[in-house]
Amino acid sequence: MTDLTGMTAAVLAGEIAAGHASSVEVTQAHLDRITAVDDKIHAFLYVDADGALAAARAVDERRAAGEALGPLAGVPLAMKDVVVTRGLPTTSGSKILEGWIPPYDATVTTRVRQAGIVMLGKTNMDEFAMGSSTENSAYGPTRNPWDLARVPGGSSGGSSAAVSAYEAPLGIGTDTGGSIRQPAAVTGLVGHKPTYGGVSRYGLIAFSSSLDQAGPLTRTVLDAALLHEAIGGHDPADSTSIDAPVPAVVAAARDGAHADLSGLKVGVVRELSGDGYEPGVLDVFAATVRLLTDLGATITEVSCPHFGYALPAYYLIAPSECSSNLARFDAVRYGLRVGDDGVRGLEEVMSLTREAGFGAEVKRRVILGTYALSSGYYDAYYGQAQKVRTLISRDFAAAFETCDVLISPTTPTVAFPLGARIDDPMAMYAADLCTLPASLAGTPAISVPCGLSEGLPVGLQVMAPALADDRCYRVAAAVEAALADRDGRPILAAAASL
Amino acid sequence: MPSISRAEVAHLARLARLAVTDQELDVFAGQLDVILGSVARVGAVAADDIPPTTHAVPVTNVLRPDELRPSLARDEVLAAAPAAQGGRFRVPRILDDPE
Repeated sequence: MTDLTGMTAAVLAGEIAAGHASSVEVTQAHLDRITAVDDKIHAFLYVDADGALAAARAVDERRAAGEALGPLAGVPLAMKDVVVTRGLPTTSGSKILEGWIPPYDATVTTRVRQAGIVMLGKTNMDEFAMGSSTENSAYGPTRNPWDLARVPGGSSGGSSAAVSAYEAPLGIGTDTGGSIRQPAAVTGLVGHKPTYGGVSRYGLIAFSSSLDQAGPLTRTVLDAALLHEAIGGHDPADSTSIDAPVPAVVAAARDGAHADLSGLKVGVVRELSGDGYEPGVLDVFAATVRLLTDLGATITEVSCPHFGYALPAYYLIAPSECSSNLARFDAVRYGLRVGDDGVRGLEEVMSLTREAGFGAEVKRRVILGTYALSSGYYDAYYGQAQKVRTLISRDFAAAFETCDVLISPTTPTVAFPLGARIDDPMAMYAADLCTLPASLAGTPAISVPCGLSEGLPVGLQVMAPALADDRCYRVAAAVEAALADRDGRPILAAAASL
Repeated sequence: MPSISRAEVAHLARLARLAVTDQELDVFAGQLDVILGSVARVGAVAADDIPPTTHAVPVTNVLRPDELRPSLARDEVLAAAPAAQGGRFRVPRILDDPE
């Protein structure tokens, strides 16, 4: 970590705007950091040094010409490889898309470029975002910078590892069942899943369309808010995009930094604790509840009785939708084709291609989803799971009648060792226990570091009603500020140096 | 509780166009049985009078202005395809051999 790579995105943007550092210098410093440490971390699948420096030069030239630049102009970013980038290889962590160069940009990519944010490259992920450890990547696992023998979470583990290893100050992740918040929690970062529809899904390689949502992974709450505002907002190219202004998340992050939550009503979700939760995680969470009281918040315990059904509902809905979405990998329009010898027919070529191109977890979910959607089972599985979403949404609605936000640990455990859960799907799925309810309800939720257990970071999850993303940022910023004040340094400063 | 047989998994894999190996069938059948046994609990709570949810902020009849816009460049799209011929995607045989 150098002076430039150690700065937050907000500070870097200020330095660039003031002319104290050029975007080229900042970008080169991060490229050098990637060269120095990414052999150990494997956060990146592709580093676009030339493209990044060209984008940085363009920002420097615009600044020199006196143009007004956006609040993150010139700051480097790590882009999850599920987001389509014109001219840059995009694999979604799968062999089936190896070598594919997209002919278009996702809306998130377009907005990143328009904001003058410099894309350093594409980050590793569980194949098609299916996983909680990044071990399901076809290109090998990513390691947690806190402890190289542990996972960086998933599926956005490449972005979480890159940002926590100071290879980039900004990261984009996507969250279907927790894939931004869980990696953020286990690498000591801030990660926010916006309200469903808050950030365009156009150009995100679809996994589970009714759940997928892109969002920021950063080292501070303010950086996350700045990136959220850059990528959020209505997009006519996504019919599920919400036609409403982006919640005022930057203002909320700045307001929260005063660490005063007087009058705020916080609900602790009874069902998101107990069996399966590490005592060390629960201790840190309990201390954080006391901290919130000290900051002026009123704490009550609330019951959300259907949250216990979130995991079964999710593991019907997500596989069902993925089995349909992944039908597009048909060996015709893009990606891999196997066995096309002039004799075999289309169906056989398709089957051989998908067998060769998909990994075990993807096949498992496609088969499960095919089962759950098949005639005779649809009502009992997918239909019932969609009703459970309604019950979970009603639990949220009832809780938000008396509470402004709800809180829980982000994950039941700290980062687990590589290999520990890869052969046990149900154990892997349990990593998302706390994050799934907000995914299914489509409501916003943030993870912010709140302490250490056994020397590894623990995340606090703050959940808010739909379109009230700003509440997540306000509470997260207050916790961040109070802990920095107490400890004299940010939680991430406790990480091992690489 | 549901139970899923190896033969059913083989059938589902064929429907999903996955040429899975015998070894995969053995592993998946066991794992899917465990997963299904766990997720079947959704049937216990959701009653008939509960409507399904798909979107946190309901949106209906989403339309955009009917304006001409450029499409992707054909050559760029075909360049990313596994096989192209004569300005089109080239596909493997789609009909049975006539003989």
